[in-house]
Amino acid sequence: MPIVYPRKTAMPCLDPQERRRSWDEVAEGYTVERAIAEARRCLSCQDPVCEQGCPVNVPIRDFVRHVALGDFGGAAAAIRRRNLLPAICGRVCPVEHQCELRCVLFPHQEPVGIGRLERFVADWERSHGSGGETAAPQVWRAQKIAIVGSGPAGLTVASDLAQLGYPVTIFEALHAFGGVLRYGIPQYRLPKEIVDEDVEHLRALGVEFVRDVIIGKTVTIEQLIDEFGYSAVFVGTGAGSPVFLNIPGENLKGIYSANEFLTRVNLMHAYSFPEYDTPIRRPRRAAIIGAGDTAMDAARCSVRLGAAEAHIVYRRSEREKGARAEDYERAREEGVIFDWLTLPKRFTGDENGWVRGLECIRTELGEPDESGRRRPVPVPGSEFTMEADVVVIALGTNPNPLVPKTTHGLDIDRHGCIVADPRTGATSREGVYAGGDIVTGAATVILAMGAGRRAATAIHEYLQQRAAERRP
Amino acid sequence: MDTTARIIEKRDLTDVTKLFVVHAPLVARNAAPGQFVILRVTENGERIPISITDFSRAAGTITIVVQQVGRTTALVNALQVGDEFLDFAGPLGQEVPLPETGHAALIGGGFGTGAVFPLARKLRSRGVRVSCIVGARTRDLVILADLLATESDEVHVCTDDGSLGYHGLVTGRLEELLDAGAGFTDCYAVGPMPMMRAVASATRRRGLPAMVSLDPLMVDGTGMCGGCRVSVGGKSVFACVDGPFFDAHQVDFDDADARLTTYGEQERIACELAGLVRR
Repeated sequence: MPIVYPRKTAMPCLDPQERRRSWDEVAEGYTVERAIAEARRCLSCQDPVCEQGCPVNVPIRDFVRHVALGDFGGAAAAIRRRNLLPAICGRVCPVEHQCELRCVLFPHQEPVGIGRLERFVADWERSHGSGGETAAPQVWRAQKIAIVGSGPAGLTVASDLAQLGYPVTIFEALHAFGGVLRYGIPQYRLPKEIVDEDVEHLRALGVEFVRDVIIGKTVTIEQLIDEFGYSAVFVGTGAGSPVFLNIPGENLKGIYSANEFLTRVNLMHAYSFPEYDTPIRRPRRAAIIGAGDTAMDAARCSVRLGAAEAHIVYRRSEREKGARAEDYERAREEGVIFDWLTLPKRFTGDENGWVRGLECIRTELGEPDESGRRRPVPVPGSEFTMEADVVVIALGTNPNPLVPKTTHGLDIDRHGCIVADPRTGATSREGVYAGGDIVTGAATVILAMGAGRRAATAIHEYLQQRAAERRP
Repeated sequence: MDTTARIIEKRDLTDVTKLFVVHAPLVARNAAPGQFVILRVTENGERIPISITDFSRAAGTITIVVQQVGRTTALVNALQVGDEFLDFAGPLGQEVPLPETGHAALIGGGFGTGAVFPLARKLRSRGVRVSCIVGARTRDLVILADLLATESDEVHVCTDDGSLGYHGLVTGRLEELLDAGAGFTDCYAVGPMPMMRAVASATRRRGLPAMVSLDPLMVDGTGMCGGCRVSVGGKSVFACVDGPFFDAHQVDFDDADARLTTYGEQERIACELAGLVRR
């Protein structure tokens, strides 16, 4: 029985002051010694309940055991049985709500740092040149599969079906692949080189990547099936449509949706203007509306773009925030200021149409609303003004309407999400499957990957059945 | 799937305005009047939206007209026949709603002149009478009147300095034609913001339904960023997925105008570094 230390082994990070001006990755990852020390905290439970918390059922106990023994190659092989994108998941999974939440050490001690260990193993594998090597498929199949969107759901479906021997094409509307991993999550949290490598691994598996094709515009789903000969389609187009506050002054210059702000920074490299052509307004005093992961990203990007002050403005309290614990902590370390219980009422501008500030009112929490969180109630007479030269609205996103609007016979719910069977991803149209945020509304990378995994299995079954029906 | 977009013809319309015929069959196959493309020319480059001036599904071509205003448009205009665009995505936006009958006034100003051409062709194919009104500062800047003439019942040229055709603005000619009993039932305008604003106010005064094609700043062009939001009828809409054509009488032009100037300072820097005169 090993001695179990009550706290997770610390992961070295860049100094917060240094971070404020650097786009380098903040968390430097475990060393070999630290990884082994952390893996030894695992009790190797008979019944590894942590694995039930993982949407793709990574064999956590096995891989952690390999790490504890110093067999990192074995650990990598174990992870890859269930997860083809571990370097990404090890960085962006909300582990405290998933695997680590179920760790038996918790809550008496800190849970095993499963996310950190997954990242360590993936990085070890990448630096030892064996990242993503997968055996060539045993069978080559004829039925072509189209995947719409190259985000986490689409990449997972592509990887699973390519390994089964299907010709797979991924269609991406933008000029670079990865979806939210590319345009949404900043470099300091997920270096884009990792996304590039994962895309290259899939290419090596035979997956065809096609950029600049907007399914629903350039080619419709019907055309993919009827004219281009695809036997099945997976729709993983994400929750791309930004939500605004719909309060006066929202069209002033300097007010961005989080999608626009982060896309300019991450996809278009606006922080390197004029070396890169896409501009962005560099904030002196930024106000970010919202307190989820995306809001933390926007606040921390604002700091790196040179903001003297970056404020998170949230109508509820710290308790109700949606952000991952780690990112919230990092944002605090980097000097982000949190204005809880604050509701923006309108934006004010100067004579040239630039945003100058927000008129806000304080709130207090009342009874829980339909989301189960306590409803913010404005406090009369508590109005005040806050200065800001850049405002980022990070209140979430709606499903991208392009595919639902242009595909006949696809059932859509009242939120605009595609209706899909949660077990299979099957939609109301035969041969068309969907998963990720386009089905659930804005959620997480790993949930999208879990949906992709289930859809891939279902697509394989469907196509085998169809092939069997055709045989005399 | 082949997404290459190769230039097969280039024409100088003015010193700073070029026409490109681009072989892009995938974009051409679903193109419709009123839509646009987003293109990119260098790895570090920005994404810019450009109206579709003409398309042929049979030939697999998209025709665009690009006026040099800053660094990216200068890079585009330096491309030659045989060159490929790095990215050429589309067709984007909604097809413009067009009437089945009547007499349409199509107004084109500056580099936007050509963008009314697909509307003219579609209207004529329905038997709608088409009158084009084309405006420019001076005679050397009048473009594509010959192209429009091929799909119009009449083309009226206007110049600010009177060097060709009607002496004055397109709206002056529009009102003159209305007074002469042209009997327009619809109006569509594409061009610089002040021109479209003037068309909106003239047609509102005369009770003529009108649509304008807005050209705000965009990043993705697929409804993701919301940077192209404009206020139409008091509601915020996205030009890329809800437009680009909107009811001219409902558009908040002050709002749209102001947002266009967001990156004036950065555009100045980019032009200076590239040794360009910003227009």
